[in-house]
Amino acid sequence: MTDFAGWLMPLRYGSETAEHIAVRTGAGLFDLSHMGEIAVTGPGAGAALDYAVCGWPSALAPGRARYTMLCAPDGGVLDDLVIYRQGPERFLVVANAANTAVVLGELRSRCSGAHVQDETAETGLVAIQGPNAAGILAAVTDLDLDAMRYYAGAYGTVAGRPAWVARTGYTGEDGFEIFCAPGDCERVWTALTEAGAGFGGGAPGTALVPAGLAARDTLRLEAGMPLYGNELGPDVTPYEAGLGRVVRLDKPADFVGRQALAARAADGPRQVLTALVARSRRVPRHGYAVLSQSGGQVGVVTSGAPSPTLGVPIAMAYVATGASGPFGIDVRGKTEPADVTELPFYDRSKQG
Amino acid sequence: MSVPVELRYTEEHEWVAIDGDTASVGITDYAAQSLGDVVYVSLPAVGAAVTAGEPCGEVESTKSVSDLYSPVDGEVTEVNEELDDDPGLVNAEPYGAGWMFRVRVAVGTGGEAALPPGLLTAIEYEELTKSAG
Repeated sequence: MTDFAGWLMPLRYGSETAEHIAVRTGAGLFDLSHMGEIAVTGPGAGAALDYAVCGWPSALAPGRARYTMLCAPDGGVLDDLVIYRQGPERFLVVANAANTAVVLGELRSRCSGAHVQDETAETGLVAIQGPNAAGILAAVTDLDLDAMRYYAGAYGTVAGRPAWVARTGYTGEDGFEIFCAPGDCERVWTALTEAGAGFGGGAPGTALVPAGLAARDTLRLEAGMPLYGNELGPDVTPYEAGLGRVVRLDKPADFVGRQALAARAADGPRQVLTALVARSRRVPRHGYAVLSQSGGQVGVVTSGAPSPTLGVPIAMAYVATGASGPFGIDVRGKTEPADVTELPFYDRSKQG
Repeated sequence: MSVPVELRYTEEHEWVAIDGDTASVGITDYAAQSLGDVVYVSLPAVGAAVTAGEPCGEVESTKSVSDLYSPVDGEVTEVNEELDDDPGLVNAEPYGAGWMFRVRVAVGTGGEAALPPGLLTAIEYEELTKSAG
């Protein structure tokens, strides 16, 4: 167990490698109740959020979701968010646990004309992720999951309890996130565990396993997804992170950070989030220096881990614009070579 | 968590087994569980001189990397090459197939291996891990 933004959470239930592989081949179950949930409601909610974040929430149809970011006036990222439009006048903003207070404060000050309510303490979140997630969840929900598209959500029941179920996640696999009352989480978890135990007739690799924070981190890294505090922070804009697509400069309304972000879009990013594969077995980790072939520092590793799927160490790093690989990584005083590759490291649509 | 009574331990969570002039070294069950899945072990070269309390290798797990310290002074005579293909042996059998390296240590006039001061007994090591929470 580990302290994570004030929440006591399991790093692993058993072997984090086995948990990771289960999500890639079968399914994994995550307790994500630490995530922040903030409801923005009222007739002016869409317009208020359009001003508050760099995306275009008012353009979302009810029942759809979008990945977006909350930026500071200078364009720096204050948090990355998923916003669900749960109804014409109700949006659910899901924030990182460590940033929930910041997001809540910013939304309260930016969203005039809408009601902003922190629902974190009243909301539990269980995620089921992996190729078998839909099959397992289908056994315990009244929702038609086949009709639910990626980044869509709907109200229904899971294990007989009311829930908002969305086809979203942070693993690079198909999967669902189930928002329910905290008191219902255990029942939801148990029902999914039981449905998962019988799924696939017990064939190898089909089992549902509980998965902890360690597996969640390697899954998102393989999928090339940024982690706030590693790839994202107030000193970078979405453009450095390669996520300029989330900045909707085509949105007619003004929004916090527009001027700075438009300038950055025109000038180009100052550094580039780069995918690296190590040639050695020594793992490039957060904070290690990235070196050019002449040995000068050109960047820094933001996340790195041994990839369970690829079997080699992988990393994301911010590297100066214009620097080209292969690079060296200063792994505790000894330079190890690393090749540049494309993000994501793992793409489920390209797997056999 | 297992702490075999016949072994000696270090505060850095290595174990050492003495047989004549040979010391076998690995990391404890407590260390392996704390690290999580071990993915790579960097070991000293055969023939290298190691010094008690000095780093002589690295243990990489999914989440972290730790120095491997030699518990004894001497010359490395053998390393566990199985770990290269299967570092998970450190998690599965930390005191058995997950051993890491062997060192020839000096022997005193009475035929006893000369061990550095400060090695812990099983009871002392268990106390240490309990106080570490």
